[in-house]
Amino acid sequence: MVKYGEIALKGLNKNTFEDMLVKNIRRRLRAAGEFEYSRRQSTIFVRPINADADIDLAIKKLKCIFGIAAIQRSAVLPTDWEQVVTLGLPYLEEPLSAARTFKVEAKRSDKSYPLRTPDIQRELGAAILSAYPHLTVDVHNPDVTVILEIRDGNAYLNAERIMGQGGMPVGSSGNALLLLSGGIDSPVAAYMMAKRGLNVDAIHFQSPPYTSERALLKVEELCEKLTPYCGDIRFYCVPFTEIQEALRDNCPEEYFTVIMRRLMMKIANIICEKHDYKALITGESVGQVASQTLMALACTDKASDVPVFRPVIGMDKKEIIEIARRIDTFETSILPYEDCCTVFTPKHPRTRPVLADVIAAEERFDFSELIAKAVEGITYKDFRS
Amino acid sequence: MIYLDNAATTRPCEAAINAAADNMRNNFGNASSLHKAGIEAERVIKDAKKAILDRLGLEGELFFTSGATESNNTAIFGAAGAYRHNGRKIVTTAMEHPSVSAAADRLCENGYEAVRLAPKDYDNFEQAVIDAVDENTLLVSVMWVNNETGFVTDVGKIYGGVKRKNPKTLVHVDAVQGFCKLPSKGLKADYISLSAHKIHGIKGMGALYAAKGVRFAPLLYGGGQQKNLRSGTEPVDLIAGFAAAVRAYPDCTAHFAALNERLCDALSEMDNVAINSYNNSKNILNFSVRGVRSEIMLHFLEESGIYVSSGSACSRGKTSHVLSAFGVSDSDADSAIRASFSPETTPEEIDALADGIRRGIERFRR
Repeated sequence: MVKYGEIALKGLNKNTFEDMLVKNIRRRLRAAGEFEYSRRQSTIFVRPINADADIDLAIKKLKCIFGIAAIQRSAVLPTDWEQVVTLGLPYLEEPLSAARTFKVEAKRSDKSYPLRTPDIQRELGAAILSAYPHLTVDVHNPDVTVILEIRDGNAYLNAERIMGQGGMPVGSSGNALLLLSGGIDSPVAAYMMAKRGLNVDAIHFQSPPYTSERALLKVEELCEKLTPYCGDIRFYCVPFTEIQEALRDNCPEEYFTVIMRRLMMKIANIICEKHDYKALITGESVGQVASQTLMALACTDKASDVPVFRPVIGMDKKEIIEIARRIDTFETSILPYEDCCTVFTPKHPRTRPVLADVIAAEERFDFSELIAKAVEGITYKDFRS
Repeated sequence: MIYLDNAATTRPCEAAINAAADNMRNNFGNASSLHKAGIEAERVIKDAKKAILDRLGLEGELFFTSGATESNNTAIFGAAGAYRHNGRKIVTTAMEHPSVSAAADRLCENGYEAVRLAPKDYDNFEQAVIDAVDENTLLVSVMWVNNETGFVTDVGKIYGGVKRKNPKTLVHVDAVQGFCKLPSKGLKADYISLSAHKIHGIKGMGALYAAKGVRFAPLLYGGGQQKNLRSGTEPVDLIAGFAAAVRAYPDCTAHFAALNERLCDALSEMDNVAINSYNNSKNILNFSVRGVRSEIMLHFLEESGIYVSSGSACSRGKTSHVLSAFGVSDSDADSAIRASFSPETTPEEIDALADGIRRGIERFRR
């Protein structure tokens, strides 16, 4: 028996979002084969064109795409009841033979269908019980819920309703630039903002020879890990060595970190202007490290004209790590390669810096030339989803 | 590239590559097969054993392993397994390679006691090792040449002293860094560990020498190869490469001495550079460029195509506890660089290294 394998998606309302979502899905499923797409009533139908399509891979990718509430892997059957039963029951074999209890849910959008919904549920339930005698019905907490939808001239049968990521399609809310450090927090911040529909690109500051090539490779690996969720990511790498050395040579040690973060913000702002990003994203949290006290954050924030989103600012480390594990960035983040945030760490950082003092310390040296030079030296790399 | 990290690994020499490639093409049989292809493969193994035993000037058994880690593990766990009633104490040092110290740790978890002596604590280190042996000592495991500083221990003296004190105590020598680089004939021990890729052989190959009559419990069980003590189809290609490398390695005593002196002279002209190596084999020199962290100097030198090591390659990113066994302070360990030479290293390369260090000091020292 041939299974068609068709996936029905549910839960979207607006046309523009649907357009964006379909566009994203098309892109991400490229690697899984050729599919055709159609839409009806808040559902996107993704149908493989030929047997070369890798449905398991497609579902794996769909589970990471923002804007999807649920995924149903369904067989497409003719509406003739006998055929529904004869063709449908074998299709359900895998999930049902492993289960002990089940229930049937039916939906009928075609009101002219001969059977009414409760009849459908009862008849299908009976058919399942006789084909799979080991099962019993449990309407409260079944192992498997068999869903049959009669709509659009077809009967869609499936036994698996997979939760999607939720959120909104990437790109539907605009473009933002993430300051990616290689630590645990910034990848999680990227995930959280992409979930709200932002198209996220990343900027990273490296300082060879203080930072190693391995540290850079680690950050690039994080970009790779984020693409299933964030889509394509453009990665900007800023040569930061000269600026850090100038900072170390000219400014008071206790302000190193906060000035460095301000300079990073300034450079990021230039990129936002140049490439039309409307917001910055960071993994900053309050109270975690000396540079992220309330006052230090306020000083850093002042260096940005563009709004800065800090989605993990209110989260405990434990909560952040949970997400990092879920999106598979945690193991990469904890690899011990120095990024430039730790290179010139002052022994006694000013934890409650006053903005006027910070600016005075910063102005001991005119960074504008070095900033322009750093921007000039930026290299790009595109990570494709 | 100026490769001065030969204690980490070496470039396989042409002889080794050719021997391995030739074997792969023309002699790929399984040495355990009954037919001619097997016999030919077995012949290569026999020949390789001879080459290595000749260089050691020893008669005894030689077993091929996947590398020195396996050889070290086999010596330690193998001795404990085969000589259960000889004692529950291991005498070793604080400067051993992790494949020895971690194996000793594991034995300690299972009721053994390990004494780890640090060279810095004794004027006569060899005597201290001998003194630590008692009637409960199963095994003495000492590194001949230390991989981080090049410190040389007179293992022959230890062997003699140990056997006089307790003839049942076994002596294991990790000869990985010393074999071929120092005159290796007449190295006396019950077990000797060797590694191919440290002497221009190919990675994934090592050997364990066991003196006549000395047993060990195997680590691997299976087809019964190598007298049932190291099961697994022998990697004849790598073995051929190992033998070729051993035959090809020249006597470098004078060569290394000259390079070492050249580097030491250059370093002594620089401010605040401390030499950590003492009593060392001349192919390894460990020194601290105070005020500049090792990794930074390492990457900086790398930008000029010069490759050295900071701490041991196995302990990537972590500060060396081995250096502290030699009395090197934490801050010096933080700025420690290890340069290690090969037969191909030239005086010009030493000069380039010295020059690189000078420039690094200028750039990074505060």
